[in-house]
Amino acid sequence: MSTLTITDLRVEVATESGPKEILKGVNLTVKSGEVHAIMGPNGSGKSTLAYAIAGHPKYTITGGSVKLDDVELTQLSVDERARAGLFLAMQYPIEVPGVSTANFLRTAKTALAGEAPKVRTWVKDVNAALDRLGLDQSFAARSLNEGFSGGEKKRNEIVQLELLNPGFAILDETDSGLDIDALRIVSEGVNRFAAQGDRGVLLITHYTRILNYIKPDFVHVFVDGRIAEEGGPELADNLEIEGYERFIKAAAAN
Amino acid sequence: MAAPVLEAVEALESHLHPTPSFEVDDHPYPKGQEEIWRFTPLRAIKSLLTDEPSDEHLDWDETLPQGASSRSISAAEARLMVAEAPIDRVSVLAAAHSGGAQLIEIEPGAELDGPLTITLTGSGQRVWGHLVFKVGAQATGTILLRHEGSASYATKVDVLVGDGAKVNFVSIQDWDDDALHGGHHSVLVGRDAQVRTVTVSLGGKVVRLAETARFAAPGGSLEQFGLYFVDAGQHIEHRLFVDHNAPHTHSNVDYRGALQGEGARSVWIGDVLIRKVAEGISTYESNKNLVLTDGCRADSVPNLEIETGEIEGAGHSSTTGRFDDEQLFYLRSRGISEAEARRLVVRGFFADIVRRIGVPEVEEHMMAAVERELAVTMGSYA
Repeated sequence: MSTLTITDLRVEVATESGPKEILKGVNLTVKSGEVHAIMGPNGSGKSTLAYAIAGHPKYTITGGSVKLDDVELTQLSVDERARAGLFLAMQYPIEVPGVSTANFLRTAKTALAGEAPKVRTWVKDVNAALDRLGLDQSFAARSLNEGFSGGEKKRNEIVQLELLNPGFAILDETDSGLDIDALRIVSEGVNRFAAQGDRGVLLITHYTRILNYIKPDFVHVFVDGRIAEEGGPELADNLEIEGYERFIKAAAAN
Repeated sequence: MAAPVLEAVEALESHLHPTPSFEVDDHPYPKGQEEIWRFTPLRAIKSLLTDEPSDEHLDWDETLPQGASSRSISAAEARLMVAEAPIDRVSVLAAAHSGGAQLIEIEPGAELDGPLTITLTGSGQRVWGHLVFKVGAQATGTILLRHEGSASYATKVDVLVGDGAKVNFVSIQDWDDDALHGGHHSVLVGRDAQVRTVTVSLGGKVVRLAETARFAAPGGSLEQFGLYFVDAGQHIEHRLFVDHNAPHTHSNVDYRGALQGEGARSVWIGDVLIRKVAEGISTYESNKNLVLTDGCRADSVPNLEIETGEIEGAGHSSTTGRFDDEQLFYLRSRGISEAEARRLVVRGFFADIVRRIGVPEVEEHMMAAVERELAVTMGSYA
């Protein structure tokens, strides 16, 4: 069992008119075995939360802490955070020309495991993961994400999730831009990951649609840089009917 | 007096390129402000610009597959054959003092079963050289021209590609650190021929190559790839000129370089001229420079001169910068260390060019050379 603990996290970004605070004190605890959904309107800072936890250089942490068990992640470099067990499925996966997907996966697996995976079983594992996500095996030989469609990039994120099998996964709007079939396939991948029972999932989404496929244990409504309300799956159902308006108004009134 | 074959060519109107000529006096000693010389360290290449004969040669090693042959020809013969007369002082002196040229021929229709390889090795000489490669109609194969060791080497290289031929011409500048290499490579693409050139410049104190290409007839296709890795104190300059002088021709230029260390300097000049007659052509040129450390400078100047709008497409791009932070973040977010992420990105950057060489052992050798270069600033690969 392990726990991801976010305490009073404050994050700013540099803008033309000086630093701007995006996260204004986020508190959240995710235990392994749990699926948490973070839902919020555009611009609420939910993607910032994902990237700040992962250590993107664009975001400056000005206060608070993110702990994976006893390890303070904010003190670690990006790759050290990953090696500590964190994974971020990105909303816009980056294209890396000339680096084959297969080479990338093997390099990442080696870095995370501390030793190279066994050649024979590894190739089989990669092909099986591609199959499960509905990607042709030829994707392994292609440059990482280069020329992939939006949906293929998202599937490739989940291929990585399955193969690298981290302790905690943050999925940043993995559902956006997916058609209904891709959404189902991607969701199944996330569910397989969660079904191991000892993994934590933080699912960031704008829409309730993906929650038809992935059942969260907890739902957090994220507005204006902090969590505005928390509850069980019923909170998502509520949002489906009422939308975010109530929360946006409340935040504006503060 | 230029040869008749050259007189038939419409005068070159491109402002970036002087009129080709075999007359040394047509290419005066540069002062440094000239458009074609303003990026070049003239003092460093004095030996390539000074009109003094030398009968020294580079050590010559050739591998000629079935269908290929090699012999020396007189300067007069060479003048009648060339793809283009010399366009700068270095190459005109090379042609004037080389005492003739070496002619390497591939028979019409030949299908080479392995690379035709010429390895030129220097041991400190000052050398004027002229090579003419003549690829017969419908022939296919790979030509590998390798430069190693050290020399002050001025050269004129002509590559004549016959109708319908399919050829890969690879020139590798893998010199020792103190070598000087300047010259003019010119390619003439036959009707419906498919020509790919790959220019790899790794070693040498100064490497300055003008690479020009034009078409003998419609339908030809030209791809030009380049790779350079510039270290401290090194100057590597590639000046490309594609002359779309025939309709329905195609060209694609993609040069990539990395720079590291104090005083590392690269120059890439790309120019494409689309003549009035060149309807239905397409062209694209691209140059990318990856600046790995402080103290480097990359000049990159793409040009397009368009005299007809009746074309399929024309474009260019040029980028010079440090590592893409987003790429590094993505790789590192999967646990890959920063140093290894950088290596992956640089290897990837070059792998796309190296794989065009088409000779596996040379491709491996080049990737290994890139690894060694990377080890200079990034530590050895664990």
